[in-house]
Parts: sequence; C-alpha cells; structure tokens
Amino acid sequence: MALDDLYREVIMDHYRSPRNYGSLDNPTHTISLTNPFCGDEIILELQVSDGVVSAAKFTGRGCSISQASASLMTEAIIGKPVDDAVAMMRGFRRMMRGQLENEEEMGDLVALAGVGKFPVRVKCAVFPWEALRQALTPEQLPDDD
Amino acid sequence: MDTAAIRSDFPILHQTVNGKPLAYLDSAATAQKPRQVLDALNQYYLHDNANVHRAVHALGERATLAYEGARAKTARFIGAPHARQIVFTRNTTEAVNLVAYSWTDRLTPDDEILITPMEHHSNMVPWQQTALRQGCRLRYMPLRPDGNIDMQKLPEYLSPRTKLVALTHVSNVLGVTNPVAEITALAHQVGARVLIDGAQGVPHFKVDVTAIDCDFYVFSGHKMCAPTGIGVLYGKLEALEELTPFLYGGEMIATVSLEASTWKELPWRLEAGTPNISGAIGLGAAVDYLESIGMDAIKAHGDALTAYALEVLSAMPGVTIYGPLTGRTGLVTFNLADIHPHDVSTVLDQEGVAIRAGHHCCQPLMRWLDVPATVRASFYLYNTAAEVDMLAQALERTREFFGAR
Repeated sequence: MALDDLYREVIMDHYRSPRNYGSLDNPTHTISLTNPFCGDEIILELQVSDGVVSAAKFTGRGCSISQASASLMTEAIIGKPVDDAVAMMRGFRRMMRGQLENEEEMGDLVALAGVGKFPVRVKCAVFPWEALRQALTPEQLPDDD
Repeated sequence: MDTAAIRSDFPILHQTVNGKPLAYLDSAATAQKPRQVLDALNQYYLHDNANVHRAVHALGERATLAYEGARAKTARFIGAPHARQIVFTRNTTEAVNLVAYSWTDRLTPDDEILITPMEHHSNMVPWQQTALRQGCRLRYMPLRPDGNIDMQKLPEYLSPRTKLVALTHVSNVLGVTNPVAEITALAHQVGARVLIDGAQGVPHFKVDVTAIDCDFYVFSGHKMCAPTGIGVLYGKLEALEELTPFLYGGEMIATVSLEASTWKELPWRLEAGTPNISGAIGLGAAVDYLESIGMDAIKAHGDALTAYALEVLSAMPGVTIYGPLTGRTGLVTFNLADIHPHDVSTVLDQEGVAIRAGHHCCQPLMRWLDVPATVRASFYLYNTAAEVDMLAQALERTREFFGAR
C-alpha cells in the first residue's frame, strides 16, 4: 500500500489551493458539521434554485483528505440538478467501499478512490459529502447506500 | 532497567507493520499487556473460573480469593490504608461517573464545582451534567501560558461555596504533572472534597493517595498493562460512605425483602452485579509485574525517554511542541508544520510508528491551544530511544512527502 495511492497529485493540489473556499451571500442551505472522530469542521453553503445547485462554497479546517474532498465535491456538484448531486454522493460513498462503477461520471473525484484502501481515512473523505447529504436529503442513509 | 528483557515480556511488540518494525508510541491511549498478565487471565479461565463471594465450592473460593487479593494488591500499590477503599469499576470514566451520580445530590445552586480546562472529557462532561442537574456552578482553574495551573491565582477560585475540586494528576495532552497534594490541601481548607484523575499518573510513577490526602482517586487498569474493562475508584472511607449506590441488584445487597433492602458494607455495595473478575485478577497481575520492575525505575525510564523525545523533536524544523518542556510525564504532544495530524499519523503508520492524532478527548484544551488537533507520542516501560529515533525519521519523511509536492 503506497502513500501515493492516498495522496494523489490532484488531492494535494486541492488541499493546497481549495476551490470554492469561502461563503455565499445568500445561501439557501447552510450546514455546519464537526467530525467527532478528529475535530474537523466544515461549513457548507449551497445556493439551490429551480432544483439546481447553482453555487456551493465551504469553509472549515481539517486534514488534506477532508479539505481536498470538500473542494472536489463543490466543483463536482455546481451546476448539477439536486437529484444528480445526490446520485453522485451515493456513487462517492460506493467508491469509498471499493465499488467504482462509472469512472467517467465521477470525473476528478476518482482521485480520492485510493482513500478506500485506508479504512481509517474513509470518514475524512466522506465528511464533506455527509454535510451535502444533510443539506439535500432528509433521511439518514444506511451504510451500504 | 533491562528494556530488552522487558520487551521480551510483550509478544505484541515483536511484529512488523507495513513492512517496518512496530514502534508502539500510543501507551497513553492503552498500554500493551505482558505475558505475565495474559498468563494470569489464562490461569483464571482455565482453572479457577467461578462467580465470586457466595459459592461454597473450591472454584468459587479460589475465584473470590484471587478477586479480593487483587483488591488488596491494588490498595497497597497506591498507598490506600485498606482494601475496602478500592471499588472496582469498568474504567476511569465509570469511576468519575460513580462519584458524579452518587455523591452530588447534596449540591445546591449556591455550590461550586472547580475543575481545570485540561481535563479529559471523562473528568469534565460528568461535572457539566452534574452542574446542570443540581443547578450549581462549574468553574475552571486558570492556566498559565505554558499549560501549568496558575497556583498564584488558584486561591481566588476557592471559597466555602466550593464543594468539589476535580482535576487530573497528569494531563493526557500537555503531560503536565499537577501539584495535586498542594491543591488538595488548599481545597480542604475551604471544606471541599477532592477527586484526582490518575489515569495518566498511576502507570508511570509511585502514587500515594494517603500522602496526597485526596478524597477520591480514580484510574484505569488498561493504561498500566492490565486488561481493558477494569478501573478503580479509591476513596477515603468517610468519603465513600457518602456515596449512595446508583446501581442496584445482586452482589451489593445485605438483605432483601419484598418491601425493602439493605446494602452490604463498602466496597461491595458499590459493585452491583457480577464484577469483571478476570479483569481485576489481571490488574492484580499488572501490579505485581510493575512492582517487580519497580515504579521508581519505570519513572526514571519514562522521564529519560520523554526528555530525549523533547530534545529530538525540538531540534526538528517545523515542529511545535505543546505544554511545558520540563516536568512532563510520559508523552510529547506536537504538530509538524501545517500538516494535519491525521496526515502525519497516516505517513507514520506506513513507517511502522503508531502514535495518536486528534483532539485526545480534550476539545476545550485544543481550543485553548488554538489548534484543531495535535500529534501525541507517548512512552512506557517497553519503549526505547531507538523508537524515538524511528519517530524522528518518520517525521522527517512526512515533511519531505508533504513539502516536496
């Protein structure tokens, strides 16, 4: 198991220069989450209009994996219909369990696939997506969804 | 102290992790168990297993003797005058909660509980909840910038309103060793009871609860080479007598009628239900093991390793050490440049070095330090200077890995 599987160049780039870092003027959704496991924090803000995620920004602090994951997530969901963003969240969770069905659909998020080989770090990568889930879906997802 | 001989008592240390020899530097979370403790558990389960206290058969008598023998050993180990001052619990947390549930009915809205900001959540949250329940006030002792309690200002925080002072003997983050005897004396002057959390103290140096003069002293077995699931509440007899049992059932009763019941004497009335018999026996074996090496030798070894680690880490570029540089017990807490502790921990794990990264169950203290998390390396009797060097090399590799990109 090589460290390079975990820390891909894309991840380090998003960690060093996070995209969509900051806050929105008029968010329709604001989710503030703390990861009790490590104390990581994220505030995710979304602008959803006509069923589309028109803008997304985040602030927070955490490890390279959680910060890169948040940055990559915002890039992946901006401009997507809410349903597609939710589908992508499910796809991401499956990818963390080693099930990468549609590589093309996941785009740059595939860079995080290697995290699945480091079970204790999966929760770091999933953390921002948990904030997204709380913003967009009312129900708790079972672990295998 | 013959560290090589000691290491041969710990089979778990002789393994590779990710292809590298294991350097286990996480004993402040839980210590490894020597063969002598594991053998005691085997002896009990293979030969003596029976329920304690009432059986009129050979196995029951052996189990009871071993269980109560462990209580006597534990009492002697911490300088408690009587075995009946030792109440077995699951761990430190349960021992704190036992006091928080069983002693605090007496507190009124005029009363104050005084603790420190460096407490582990287990010696903080029970008192927050007590304060909410009883409507009393929870106060925090002031800390100096280096993390030590500000003893000059402390008297301002003590008054006849102070009914309980609870603090840790050794901070699991700062490594600070608090002047518990001095604080106990000050607290007693205003009539407060004192509870000391010894989870990070008892494993590392000779503790004498009589000399400290505290009313309660709590600790866990698993941080001192005993199994998980066994902990201790020591109390002065008059303080333990003030506890109202909060677990009722078997083992703790004297008489039961359909209408009412009476309780056994101390300590059994605070140990409802079948206890962790093997855990207590394992604790007794751990006491024997540590005493066979000698607590003074263990302290000297731990102090030397901690001093060496402080020296090596302070010399490394980008390392920030938290807490004082002297008077630390068994651990060093730090950060490496702006690399998140979890990232440090993952790279170190690839190098076979096991440390802890996170808030260490001390979120208020992390805020006081103004960091989200830290890296902690902790040492015990089986660790070596070579393992500190492995840590330093692995940190160097971490810095290169994150710096090179």
